[in-house]
Amino acid sequence: MSVTVIRPGLASTFQDTGRHGFQHLGMPVCGAMDLRAHQLANLIAGNERDLATLEVTLMGPTLRFDAPACIALAGADLSPTVNGTPVPIGRPLVVRAGDVLAFGARRSGVRCYIAWHGGIALPHVLGSQSTYLRGRLGGYHGRALQKDDVLPLNVPLDEAAHASLADDLQKMAIYLSAPLAYNPRRRLRVMRGPQTGLFTDEALHTLFNSEFRIANESDRMGYRLAGPALNVRENRQLLSEGATFGTIQVPADGQPIVLMADRQSIGGYPKIGHVASVDLSQLAQCMPGETVRFEEIELAQAQQLDNLREQALASLAASLAPMRERIARSVRAS
Amino acid sequence: MSQLSEDTPWRIDAHGDRCLVIRFGEGIDVAVGKRCAAAAAALRDAGIRAVSDIVPTFNTVAVHYLPARFAANTSWRNLEAEIERVLNAADLDAAAHASNVVDIPVCYGGEYGPDLADVAQQLGISTDDVIALHTRELQHVFMLGFAPGAPFTGVLDARFALPRRATPRTVIPAGSVGVANRQTFIYPNASPGGWNIIGRTPLVMFDPLRQPATTVAPGDSVRFVPITEHDFTNWPQA
Repeated sequence: MSVTVIRPGLASTFQDTGRHGFQHLGMPVCGAMDLRAHQLANLIAGNERDLATLEVTLMGPTLRFDAPACIALAGADLSPTVNGTPVPIGRPLVVRAGDVLAFGARRSGVRCYIAWHGGIALPHVLGSQSTYLRGRLGGYHGRALQKDDVLPLNVPLDEAAHASLADDLQKMAIYLSAPLAYNPRRRLRVMRGPQTGLFTDEALHTLFNSEFRIANESDRMGYRLAGPALNVRENRQLLSEGATFGTIQVPADGQPIVLMADRQSIGGYPKIGHVASVDLSQLAQCMPGETVRFEEIELAQAQQLDNLREQALASLAASLAPMRERIARSVRAS
Repeated sequence: MSQLSEDTPWRIDAHGDRCLVIRFGEGIDVAVGKRCAAAAAALRDAGIRAVSDIVPTFNTVAVHYLPARFAANTSWRNLEAEIERVLNAADLDAAAHASNVVDIPVCYGGEYGPDLADVAQQLGISTDDVIALHTRELQHVFMLGFAPGAPFTGVLDARFALPRRATPRTVIPAGSVGVANRQTFIYPNASPGGWNIIGRTPLVMFDPLRQPATTVAPGDSVRFVPITEHDFTNWPQA
């Protein structure tokens, strides 16, 4: 009824769609860095969208299944295998007791999401199963996975029903509409904000016409970008105020930081703009050392794209209902 | 950024496609902070479905929302209108809101407050006078941030207008009480930091398994109460 961690990987943490509703108490939201891939993995494993998945980073873990299970992978292609045989991303996979899921070379992206049908039995801390690493809470004991951790499955599959389930799932089509397909853009889209005017015209021109390299210090809290300095018109102390996933804040050195999933709830640096929510998944799949460019988008358009993706996820969830029911029929009766 | 006035007591700006920020004034001012807290409470009571987080700060309230919770094709303009409706209907007058008062016991000086003597010197008064000045008036909790349960309170006597330490400390023990810029900050966990540490509280400022998880919330008032080292070491832990 469990999964054993043979090798933990580089930074494998359980994440859901985030710990919402506690930012006024200073609690970061956390949650999946790539919310698109996280939600896809869940839907393809026959889950609701917000169950915790395992976010694995760059070097994936090696996991042994001690019970049959239905899983799905989405996001980065880290050369996943089951018992040494390559397995696809974005398809439901039926694994047997004793099977070993492992990862190899990185082919694309950084973060891959592993969803289990029914999820892993993790406590809800302040309404969420997301791991908050700095606060050492949520997820699996508030930390990244370690060797020999045992992850209890909520719903193991019936051993006998296993072969027919694999056959049936193989026949089922999963159609990803355009808003859900991974189509990397040459430029990430950025909205102006109320503090954009604090920056010089030259800084704005630089933001939309330069290349920025993702610095090595980038992590789940923020992506630090290195490029030509973005300067403010006058140096003045700002009061801290709420910050969001995608806020681009610029400390005195002029090097922008895009705030990511583990960002603090408040920030006091000038904000030159905000990355459109719909493009954050792409940024979350970028490696330190890679470069990004930006272009401007109007708020209304960014919001329309965000809504389109939400609707596409809802449509996908509806279209996968037969698959969910098929998997549910193979769950071991308790 | 336009000036706020009697006719336009707040201003709403979009911070990206999932957050609106309502601004109630400029600078660090208890009256403005209380309006923020009152607005946050009114918005919380309104239970707007799309809203996930309401985060008051010194002079703003951030309203985070999730498009997935909107009915189809609803834009931020509708949420803005809803917020305007709630704020117009609410009484944001600070005097009308009696805030929750929380006593914060603090052991001042010594190993608990390594910067107390330095602060006294900068203020040009005795360490006893620093403690008296720090405990004299109720302090408003403007916001929690930096870490879960970490309050920023103010506004202290004008003499506390001292900067943070030029060189931040690499480790500050949990419960440390720091002052700077006429504010007090409490470190819930051991962490690096630059505030001038004048004392330490035995209270646990954040415990995710406790209900409520934090000892203070935005909009509360706190009273710093001096305690002895003996009280500190024997303080009962809930």
